[in-house]
Amino acid sequence: MELRKSYFADQRKDDLHEIGQPRPRSDSPGHVTGKTAYFADRNFPGMLHLKMVRSPHHHARIRSIDTSEAEKHPGVVKVLTAKDVPHNVYTILILIQIGPEDETVLADGKVRWKGEAVVAVLAETERAAQEAAARVKVDYEVLPAVFDMDEALKPGAPIVNEYHGRNYYLYDSGECRKVRFGDVEAGFTGADHVLEQTYQSSPIEHAPTETTGCIVAPEGNGRFTCYTNTQAMFFTLDNASIILQMPGNKLHFVGGTVGGGFGGKVDVIVEPIAILGAKTTGRPVCFIYSREEEMQISSPRAAEKVVIKDGVMNDGRIVARKVTGYTDAGAYSRHSPYGAQKGAGHYPGPYTIPNVWIDTYCVYTNRTPSSAMRGFGVTIGDFALEVQMDKLARLIGMDPLEFRFINAYRDGDIKAHRQPTEGAALIECMQEASRAANWPVAEKFMAMSSYAKGV
Amino acid sequence: MAKVPVQFTLNGAEKAEFIDSGTTLLHALRDKIGDTSPKGGCHQGTCGACSVIIDGELRLSCLTLAETCNGATIATTTGLAEGGVLHPLQCAFLDAFATQCGFCTPGMIMAAKVLLDQTPNPSREDVVEALSGNICRCTGYEPIIQAVLSAARSNSQNAA
Amino acid sequence: MALALQTFATVKDAGAALKAAGARYLGGGTLVVRAANEGDVSISGFIRSTEPALSIIRISGGEVRIGASVTMAAVARHPDLATLAHAARAVGGPAIRNMASVGGNLFAPTPYGDFTVALLALDATVSTDDGELPIETFLAKRESNHAIVTAVGFTLPKEGGFRFLKVSRVKPKGISVLSIATVLEHAPDGTVSSARIALGCMADRPIRARAAEKALIGRELTSEGIAPALAVARDGTSPRTDPIASAWYRNEVLPVHLGRLLLA
Repeated sequence: MELRKSYFADQRKDDLHEIGQPRPRSDSPGHVTGKTAYFADRNFPGMLHLKMVRSPHHHARIRSIDTSEAEKHPGVVKVLTAKDVPHNVYTILILIQIGPEDETVLADGKVRWKGEAVVAVLAETERAAQEAAARVKVDYEVLPAVFDMDEALKPGAPIVNEYHGRNYYLYDSGECRKVRFGDVEAGFTGADHVLEQTYQSSPIEHAPTETTGCIVAPEGNGRFTCYTNTQAMFFTLDNASIILQMPGNKLHFVGGTVGGGFGGKVDVIVEPIAILGAKTTGRPVCFIYSREEEMQISSPRAAEKVVIKDGVMNDGRIVARKVTGYTDAGAYSRHSPYGAQKGAGHYPGPYTIPNVWIDTYCVYTNRTPSSAMRGFGVTIGDFALEVQMDKLARLIGMDPLEFRFINAYRDGDIKAHRQPTEGAALIECMQEASRAANWPVAEKFMAMSSYAKGV
Repeated sequence: MAKVPVQFTLNGAEKAEFIDSGTTLLHALRDKIGDTSPKGGCHQGTCGACSVIIDGELRLSCLTLAETCNGATIATTTGLAEGGVLHPLQCAFLDAFATQCGFCTPGMIMAAKVLLDQTPNPSREDVVEALSGNICRCTGYEPIIQAVLSAARSNSQNAA
Repeated sequence: MALALQTFATVKDAGAALKAAGARYLGGGTLVVRAANEGDVSISGFIRSTEPALSIIRISGGEVRIGASVTMAAVARHPDLATLAHAARAVGGPAIRNMASVGGNLFAPTPYGDFTVALLALDATVSTDDGELPIETFLAKRESNHAIVTAVGFTLPKEGGFRFLKVSRVKPKGISVLSIATVLEHAPDGTVSSARIALGCMADRPIRARAAEKALIGRELTSEGIAPALAVARDGTSPRTDPIASAWYRNEVLPVHLGRLLLA
């Protein structure tokens, strides 16, 4: 590997010892010998297996739940429903005061997406739990469902989540996160060309090879040790503490190597109910998603819709950009209000544009709740922005890379969020990309710098 | 629940257990015998994380019932290093950064071992084919393919 | 509660045990153990037979008989079955092929069962402990079959007479968008004198493309010659929409791939 040290040479001492040197990964010897311990590489005597009865409907009222046959099934030790969960309605981000609590650990009176957890069955074997789960009878009254963000935002659409009372998240700024900078309409009026395009994405599943799960062991001192592959250890501990109404010092969370996460293991889903199972039975409990559950039940990346309207001059300057972003949260918030907010923080991209208008909405539909995944709130936005940049360059007949040099933000530029740009390196990255990809640009662009203009 | 005896050779050692009839080899290895190197990634034969070698053939332990392995010779990644010395495949996986989360690694190494046992000088195409039943979600496969090719080269150098 | 396995030395005894409600025959395990792992509560236990004949491949005078327990890997490496190796290798990855059996493949639900598509084009006979059936008849009623498949038999096609194509998005081991097998014979003038075309993933089980077969008779394998067959390739298809492809897509690309296979 080569470190191109000529960039920003005056901003640092040339005393890097580790960076630029290949170093063996500290965890690899365990991986190649099969010795790395994942959460499921444990076995406790008397361990119970938890299987979830899930909603077969996208949206339905629960008239009644009959667990009597399941409870009598050989090998079944405990059957849990909503009434057994001390604080059943929760939301993950309540820890940072982002409410309202809008999701149930076990469905109570209603299901809002196909696959929602309704009843938890704990049994001596996986097989017994599966058989008993099939014997739980739930009487549903199917309700109209909405799967499309545009449909969900129309007046008269079925309300997905009563805890919000409307099919979008209400921020303190109103129905969406907003950024207002300059006068975007005046920018469009004065532009040589205006281009409006809509970009859409589908949900994306992380599909880690190790499925989501945990093993909970009751300890002799009244504590519960939870071996988990969560990517959000303390987040999960604190939320479990709220859901179970149990002081945090009763919960001992043990993490370790995660068999692939990619953001898919930051939700607090398996741990609270497994701990509750261990508490009510006094036995160790194992709750691991099947492959089908991992693919269908665990949160995917949100579907997004991004509408970008740009005003551009023939000389290559973008003079106005209006972005309306929609994030499909599915039936519950999880991390999506934050994801939509990140979008507002990320647009209009790494470009200096004098007139900017951004609205980002977090929308509720009867789809699988979405949540975190590698740069969520930003990745799909970047896809939309960069495709739009290529289209704009084509529109004015300019090389797409040179077009980006003209608009690239540089140190000292005021961003749409009214923060001065610091530490920008986009120009230098593009210069290096131009060389690496053998995509030459005019000499004046190769002579540019991210330092404040004129330096 | 009826218990049945199973007896096989695992990584050179004789193993005998009583298990519930119908137990998969994956569960028998992990929960009864304590070899947790085969991983349960899908339990449906799709991911290859549970791959083991039975009588010289690559098999999926999640779809194999343990009692059908009576008398068999089974190898897992746990038994690959001899006397604390890593197998060339293990060294190559280390050197090529062919692991990230590590969950697929023991299965990958088993699939690669069968290939090199049968085809000491594989082509890239052979390697891709041999690993085609093993899913890795982190590396993008290229470092793993390079590791297997490099292990084959070091094997043939040692042999020469 | 537990899914016990019962092993029998003879197919006959296994067949008797298979009559129990929920009992399922265990071949290579890639279908039935998978179903059990995934919580299929209709299964009450596994039955298998270790009768040696089930694992034997017999070839004499161009007649092939493959025991139901023979694996895809064994078919693929058999020197006298080189014609079929390609189709056997289309199933799963290396580990699956070391387990998945010829008998089991007959029961593989769409989009699986690529080898059965080859057997259908070969117009194989399916032997069970309850007699023999033409494969097409067997497939039509496979859900209600309670007999144990013991072997499949077919006549080896003439050199170059068998063609097979599996279309998948992931290579080399992907699940089928569709698969096609053909067995063609030619008249001395080069025109097609007989044709069998089998399609995988174009219905809930492998099917014959009868209209296309008929339209090929007397035609040459040229773009012009096969055009009438391609035009009717979709007759009688009812593909599923699944995560691999939509029904629309499968129907749309079928004539394209059939054309490529016929002109190859």
